[in-house]
Amino acid sequence: MAEIQLKSLAHSYSEMPEGPEDYAIRQLDHVWHKGGAYALLGPSGCGKSTMLNIISGLVQPSEGDVLFDGKRVNELSPRDRNIAQVFQFPVIYDSMTVFDNLAFPLKNNKVPASKIKARVHEIAEVLEIEDKLYKKAKNLTADEKQKVSMGRGLVREDVSAILFDEPLTVIDPQLKWKLRRKLKQIHEQFDITMVYVTHDQLEASTFADKIAVMYGGQIVQFGTPTELFEQPNHTFVGFFIGSPGMNLIEVQRCPRGVCFGGTVVALEPWQVDVLQRTKSTNIKIGIRPEFVEVSSVASDDTFEAEVLDVEDLGTYKIVTVLLDHEKMKVRQSEEFSAAVGRGVHLSFPKQWLKLYVDEFLVQEQQ
Amino acid sequence: MQKVQNNKAWWLVLPVFLLVAFSALIPLMTVVNYSVQDIFGPGQAFYVGTEWFREVLTDERLQDSLIRQFLFSGAVLLIQIPLGIGVALMMPKSGIKGSLCLILLAIPLLIPWNVVGTIWQIFARGDIGLFGWGINQLGIDYNYTGDTVDAWLTVLLMDVWHWTPLVALLCYSGLRAIPEAFYQAAEIDRASKWAVFRYIQLPRLKSVLIIAVLLRFMDSFMIYIEPFVLTGGGPGSSTTFLSQTLTTMAIGQFDLGRAAAFSLIYFLIVLLISWVFFTAITHADKEK
Repeated sequence: MAEIQLKSLAHSYSEMPEGPEDYAIRQLDHVWHKGGAYALLGPSGCGKSTMLNIISGLVQPSEGDVLFDGKRVNELSPRDRNIAQVFQFPVIYDSMTVFDNLAFPLKNNKVPASKIKARVHEIAEVLEIEDKLYKKAKNLTADEKQKVSMGRGLVREDVSAILFDEPLTVIDPQLKWKLRRKLKQIHEQFDITMVYVTHDQLEASTFADKIAVMYGGQIVQFGTPTELFEQPNHTFVGFFIGSPGMNLIEVQRCPRGVCFGGTVVALEPWQVDVLQRTKSTNIKIGIRPEFVEVSSVASDDTFEAEVLDVEDLGTYKIVTVLLDHEKMKVRQSEEFSAAVGRGVHLSFPKQWLKLYVDEFLVQEQQ
Repeated sequence: MQKVQNNKAWWLVLPVFLLVAFSALIPLMTVVNYSVQDIFGPGQAFYVGTEWFREVLTDERLQDSLIRQFLFSGAVLLIQIPLGIGVALMMPKSGIKGSLCLILLAIPLLIPWNVVGTIWQIFARGDIGLFGWGINQLGIDYNYTGDTVDAWLTVLLMDVWHWTPLVALLCYSGLRAIPEAFYQAAEIDRASKWAVFRYIQLPRLKSVLIIAVLLRFMDSFMIYIEPFVLTGGGPGSSTTFLSQTLTTMAIGQFDLGRAAAFSLIYFLIVLLISWVFFTAITHADKEK
């Protein structure tokens, strides 16, 4: 087990990077603490896998350092970093049986045979592939193969960390949920640092205690699922986390607040303060669909909007409304009954209305 | 419902049937025809049954030649297959160096058989050949025209030079087809170089190795021109392989019946051994 620290890390796959767009990872500092269960969440192509491969040593970073327990390991191969990694698509040694596949990392580490046997059976039991142990690995189905692949990552007890690179892609949804729980159990049982790469927020929040959201080669927020939901640090986090994502509206500076079209939204004094000090014109306000309040009567702080569409998802409804030429999504209970074309009155509770300058959240100074 | 009986579709098989007939069946049947007759001249043929076969199978000259042939093919496989794999493993994975290696390797394959024989006949000569002269200069008495062992080694060396590149090229293509993920997984699993070879590369080379083994076995078992040019089968008959014996019999002595019977046996041996190789390799790791 180890604490993994990334210091001003940057990586480019091109040999002569010319601008920031040539970088898969841009100037990033991060610490994965010892024994934590982390998820690395982001869209395809945001640099998640690159980061994982840099941690494991399959890729050499072009700039910056990787530290394991404070020791620089940039030059060490994955072998010497003693790290386990599970890949997106199953990699199995198809000439071997399932048992030999699982035993392979242990044999390479010269673990005594009796210990290997016990450990392989233990892992096979966790993954529910005990009955397949003496079958040839190449005759397995895709999800069994991926289980074997995962088993090889889990079988060593002394690893610095286990890295998962979207390991459940090829597995069907039912089993996915089960395996995620298993991984979580394994983490609780063995207390190993685990980093789990995924583009699925549900997967990330069921597995991890803390989630790092990656966007454009940077970690834009690192926090618990609740923090990501309630305090999105970056417009991307707001948009990416939640279903549907945060409503984001481009606005201009106005006295006492911001405005778009003819609508004026009042802000807290400290938010207005910040706005007056910044020169940027990239200003957005954001509010999650869950936090928008809808009523049928107008009052001082409500905005009039028109219902465009109502999607009934069974347990709740997603209502699309048009507020001064801006489309917004609102989450409402099943009781919501306003018909399409009707007018409704929206209000934005102050604590849930977020202000973003240059895509980053404006936070209250304590 | 009445099932429509229409066998006209069988006519579609006709082109294939004709092709196989002309390319394989008819020539083969000619040989079969010869093998059961004693032919003295036009119109003077006598049916002799299996006599030729019995005679051929007990002919010592042929038996010796067959043993030599097996030794040669065995040696060829034992040397060329591991060597070819080794060369393929050492070749650069890509880039200009990789291309250069490929070109260098392919050169021996492009040289006609009789030219290969001629090259080595001169190259290995003790007086004017660089190789033969060099060996002699080292104080080793080497003369492939007089010494049986030297002749054998020279023929083997020539074949290794000529055909190992084929094995290497096949293996190289097989190695390039292994996804990078396997090497990454092996690296993560802390596999040794040997383990990577044994459990990743070798199993994934299986299909190209089947082709390599079969091709090299068949080719070496039918080798004719190169030793014929290089040693003429000598000294004595020490490097006279099956094809040469057969040719001498069929063309030199015009012993058509015997040669035909022998050809058939020859053909069956090649077929049998190829089949044995193929089944042995493909069944090697079936589900227990």
